[in-house]
Amino acid sequence: MIPRCVTPVCALSALRPEQGVAALLPDGSQVAVFLTHEGAVHALDNIDPFSGAAVLARGIVGDRGGVPVVVSPVYKQAFDLRTGVCVDSPSHSVAVHPVRVRDGVVELT
Amino acid sequence: MTLPNNPMQLVVIGHGMVGHRLVEALRAKDVSGTWRIVVFGEEKRPAYDRVALSSYVDTWRSESLELAPLEGADIRLGETVVSVDRERRVVTSASGVEVSYDALVLATGSTPFVPPVPGRDLPGCHVYRTIDDLDAIRETVKSAHGSGRRAGMVLGGGLLGLEAANALRGMGISPHVVELAPRLMPIQVDEGGAGLLKRLVEKLDLTVHTGTSASSIERDGSRLIAKLANGVELDLDVVVFSAGIRPRTDLDLGLELGPRGGYAVDEGCRTSDPDVYAIGECAAIGGTVYGLVAPGYSMAEVVADRLLGGAAEFPGADLSTKLKLLGVDVASFGDAHATTEGALEVVVNNAVAGTYSKLVVSDDAKTLLGGILVGDAAQYAMLRPLVGKEVPAGLLEPGGNAELSLPADAQVCSCHAITKQTITDAICAGVCTDVPTIKACTKAGTGCGSCVPLLKQLLTECGVEQSKALCEHFDHSRAELFEIVRATRVTSFSALVEKHGRGRGCDICKPAVASILASLGNGHVLGGEQASLQDTNDKFLANMQRNGTYSVVPRIPGGEITPEKLIVIGEVARDFGLYTKITGGQRIDLFGATVDQLPQIWRRLVDAGFESGHAYGKALRTVKSCVGTTWCRYGVQDSVGLAIDLELRYRGLRSPHKLKSAVSGCARECAEARGKDFGVIATENGWNLYVGGNGGFTPRHADLIASDVDTETLIRYIDRFLMFYIRTADRLQRTSAWVEGMDGGLDHLRDVIINDSLGICAELEEAMAAHVGGYADEWRGVLEDPEKLARFQSFVNAPGTPDPTISFREERGQKVPVQLGIPEVAR
Repeated sequence: MIPRCVTPVCALSALRPEQGVAALLPDGSQVAVFLTHEGAVHALDNIDPFSGAAVLARGIVGDRGGVPVVVSPVYKQAFDLRTGVCVDSPSHSVAVHPVRVRDGVVELT
Repeated sequence: MTLPNNPMQLVVIGHGMVGHRLVEALRAKDVSGTWRIVVFGEEKRPAYDRVALSSYVDTWRSESLELAPLEGADIRLGETVVSVDRERRVVTSASGVEVSYDALVLATGSTPFVPPVPGRDLPGCHVYRTIDDLDAIRETVKSAHGSGRRAGMVLGGGLLGLEAANALRGMGISPHVVELAPRLMPIQVDEGGAGLLKRLVEKLDLTVHTGTSASSIERDGSRLIAKLANGVELDLDVVVFSAGIRPRTDLDLGLELGPRGGYAVDEGCRTSDPDVYAIGECAAIGGTVYGLVAPGYSMAEVVADRLLGGAAEFPGADLSTKLKLLGVDVASFGDAHATTEGALEVVVNNAVAGTYSKLVVSDDAKTLLGGILVGDAAQYAMLRPLVGKEVPAGLLEPGGNAELSLPADAQVCSCHAITKQTITDAICAGVCTDVPTIKACTKAGTGCGSCVPLLKQLLTECGVEQSKALCEHFDHSRAELFEIVRATRVTSFSALVEKHGRGRGCDICKPAVASILASLGNGHVLGGEQASLQDTNDKFLANMQRNGTYSVVPRIPGGEITPEKLIVIGEVARDFGLYTKITGGQRIDLFGATVDQLPQIWRRLVDAGFESGHAYGKALRTVKSCVGTTWCRYGVQDSVGLAIDLELRYRGLRSPHKLKSAVSGCARECAEARGKDFGVIATENGWNLYVGGNGGFTPRHADLIASDVDTETLIRYIDRFLMFYIRTADRLQRTSAWVEGMDGGLDHLRDVIINDSLGICAELEEAMAAHVGGYADEWRGVLEDPEKLARFQSFVNAPGTPDPTISFREERGQKVPVQLGIPEVAR
């Protein structure tokens, strides 16, 4: 079994509830990492598929009918933080990265 | 058929509201250009809103009464027609100009009736019909040097008389209203309603004398002494006659006249000469002369149709009226006096609440015939269209608030004769989604405005969501949330949504609440939880552009800047490689800054004395100015100085939408102040204040709300205007839509912020004073706080590394973003 690569992103304490941060991955790609009000951590691709800009981490975090979402700051589409699916246009989505918190560090797995 | 290149000629004599409407209607319908139109107007100014004449006193600017300008008509102002040769079909004006016609329309209106009181021609005695009349009354009032209380007498206690009394009040005169009938407004209101009306207006410094008349007027030095038939003697500065009108038929065409005057016309508004029509107050249709504008408008529409070969007939007149006289609602509709045989009356007279209502129904109580409302006329919009229709269930019950629904053919807007069907069709076709769009596409609600509440109801009836709920998280409107936050002093979104909403909020409610918190002064907009509520522009205190970079706009108050500061901006732009562009608001926008660069750029700017220009916020943007008296040969006031003062006063003020302003130093209006949310134009005597303008998708000129005020008064009015807007507007509602959607519109707004009709002005001023005192530069607030500063990084795990997806190319010597590829859509 090939061990999965674990990438530490930041300390959990660096995250503020409902305020995303962007992280640069070794391959040059970017993830947007969010801490919800309830304390769950989510990671999505940072690039907004509607504008091509790497900005999802700068969106407003909230909920749509109870579904936790981030709203792109460019054209305001909402993405489900758990699945990456665009709530306003389900044929669009962004990749979701598995994420965990270990010893106070947020890690992509 | 007449060819468009050889049109027929229509001559219209009279350029009042009805004549204006005729031209407007004909130009709209005559698409093939069958008619050339020549209009003769006796007054020197274009047609104006005579119905709103008393509001002229608020501003003394005739432009506030202007009607929509007419196109496609040759309008000759200040030209009185002195004769008409019907044989040759030629009219001749006082200056000797002859114009021939194929069709002639008489729209000469009426003249005020002056009862034969001895002394009625003395200086200081006036009639009340035109703007010139009001100017003359103003002159008399100005030159009167009486000692003690300044008083005036209005002869006539009808609708017009009370309007005139209101105008006198506006000039600081205490009016005595003298009415021959035993009650006020005898035509529209019954004894019970008039009793209440008298009680309400007497609270407003009016003295009412009913059942009597003036028997003489004499001059005593600079005073006028009026003796009333009941023995009362009045010491006066001015006398105004408004005892009714007479159709104006002094132009003798040898046409048949009606039994009580007026050119006799048939149902098609045609006089005894088939080429000559008469409309409005000079026409006797079926023997009756109507002194209201709505029947006049109907006649204008009939003639426009007839001129194009139609067969329209006068639909009959709706003499219903609703008005606010001296702040008192009065409405009268249908058979208000129960003259129908067997008619029954249902009267509710609440002396404590100060309301009176009477409904008149048929003998079987099944059909609504009419009614009278005094003190509270909110139900008028709903009841008037129901006249002649079945009485809704529950309406006649004590305190009955029946669910009223109108039949499709009921006329909702009587000013423009728009039926419910027309409006609901437009709503159902998806053309109209709110009151302003209904106004735009059907004209309903653009006349007297009394049907606006009904338009809202029709939207609801058609299933157009008129929910005031801000979003799925709050059932409240923005204005309600504002009041909740203000009253409960809650300072965080989480506390607010927990107590008054549900869920975790969204991109609609969070920025709205952030704005409310900021308007109420809750510290830096990025302080604590507030940072999570802000739209990205507010969160980074800069404007996000299409590639995820930001633009930076430092404040340049009034557009005035020293060369040294200009050089600093140039150096910053050069050193950070920013694209620069001059904005429409007289400042400079620096584009292409990454998140990491923002604090560094601000540091340089703040050190040079700049601060945030709030180009990113729903907040005051700029106050533009022209160069004013300092340099300009034509300027009459220091527009730059005022613009700077205003910009510094209101900087950082968060509001439901962006706010723009401008100050022009003279009437040439180089600063384009009328295109702004609040615009100021200098006059010889002070400043004129305009509100509710904007450019953008639906441009709109701002409306005059106060004129010739001094700087202190001006600022007080703007303080009140802005705070009232901030408290009561919807989210993302510009001031223009806010004013238009307000019940009572501009008049109501003027009442609130100038006459303090809601008694809230002191509170509004206090709130503004708190804002001005609590202002701090938001950029500096970030630079001085390491925690806030730490957020300005592209990557949490690689501080200092710029975003590698951002790249630029060069265009016209400056850098511009490389278009981003849109990634393959993942499925």
